[in-house]
Amino acid sequence: MQIHIAAGSPQSIYRQISDQIRRLAATNKLAVGDAVPSVRQLAKDLVINPNTVAKAYAELVRDGVLESQQGRGYFVARRKSIFTKAERLRRLDEALDMAVSQAITLDFTQDEIGERLQLRLEKLLPPVHRTE
Amino acid sequence: MLGELVITAQGLTRYFGRKAVVHDMELRIPRGSVTGLLGLNGAGKTTTLRMLLGFLEPTRGECQIFGRNSQSLTREDRARIGYTAEGHFLYGWMTVRQSQEFQRSTFPNFNNGLFTDTVRRFGIDPGQRNRTLSRGQRAGVSLALTLATEPELLILDDPALGLDPVSRRALNETLLDFCDGGQRTILLSSHLLDDVERVADRVAVMVHGRLLVNTTVDDFRERVAAWSLDLPPASRACESIPGLIQARALGGRTVVTVADPDQETAAAIARLSTSEPERLSVTFEDAVIAYLSRSRDSQSFLAHTGA
Repeated sequence: MQIHIAAGSPQSIYRQISDQIRRLAATNKLAVGDAVPSVRQLAKDLVINPNTVAKAYAELVRDGVLESQQGRGYFVARRKSIFTKAERLRRLDEALDMAVSQAITLDFTQDEIGERLQLRLEKLLPPVHRTE
Repeated sequence: MLGELVITAQGLTRYFGRKAVVHDMELRIPRGSVTGLLGLNGAGKTTTLRMLLGFLEPTRGECQIFGRNSQSLTREDRARIGYTAEGHFLYGWMTVRQSQEFQRSTFPNFNNGLFTDTVRRFGIDPGQRNRTLSRGQRAGVSLALTLATEPELLILDDPALGLDPVSRRALNETLLDFCDGGQRTILLSSHLLDDVERVADRVAVMVHGRLLVNTTVDDFRERVAAWSLDLPPASRACESIPGLIQARALGGRTVVTVADPDQETAAAIARLSTSEPERLSVTFEDAVIAYLSRSRDSQSFLAHTGA
């Protein structure tokens, strides 16, 4: 698992970590049950305050991305819906709104945007999700 | 919420002549935290640290370390505190190893292993004479001498001053290693905002002798916001914005940075701007710089909040 952080970014360091782990888990670069480095280890690797890593991990546990097993560390959790359907839809719309408005400013047509989105879905989602 | 407090101050004030160098400071620093003390030169950082250590008497108010008044710290209390002053003083004629022996003779619990590890991290040969060391290496020896006494509280006055990037990294790694375990506390003054953002979990900002910010790094970031307004740069109208930290000109517009924005703040900003105000993202550095370059009489404080 490789994580890059930068100080001086508009995103706080803890947010950079949690976003990257979320992404790795979402794209199956981290599989369910994979261990992530301990708080101490990741803090050491990135040369940052361990509380920053602890805060990122706590958020990921709260959101069901990671689970902590007493004495063994943190693992990628089986994906569960911890949000209501309405909340999941709200979050999806928020993410899509951002991507679509970007795409429109870049002068792409509806078809082009749809096509690129489809390609990404095929690349990122494992087959089992696609057939559902 | 803050756990055990290692450093406290109430109404701490120090005058030099008629000038209040530290003014009415309230300070609480919890055990296990790494606090970055930020401020321009002359803001009162060193004076504050010297009062905390009991080297300088406050004009008014008081401060405590480990719950004991700084003016009456005992030998035992002092043995639990490590301090490196600005500039890293070392005897030039001694070798690094002789400096180690010298320090060990006064500190019975001197940790030789920790000294050697720290010195190695800065790429120093213990046989070298102190006067042949680079500035970064001098910082390394001075830090190693202090750390090896295994203090519970480490107070560092601008340890990163003049360090090259490799020594800065060695310094950051050494500090993080030192407080691994959560029982040791570090208070360091610095001008290197990126390093403070990485290494510290709390931030304290001093402006003209006043402590304006004392909270966690994340809380600080979340509570400072900025907007770009369609308003001629020279306008003084911004001063009416609640929570204003700083207003500055940027490309014919005005950028305002505010603390704890609420609906009232947003409404005031919308009223002033002739077009829709643009919300800007704020980096840690932006937020600190806004405080450091604010005018003397503005009133927004972000102190004593967050765990």
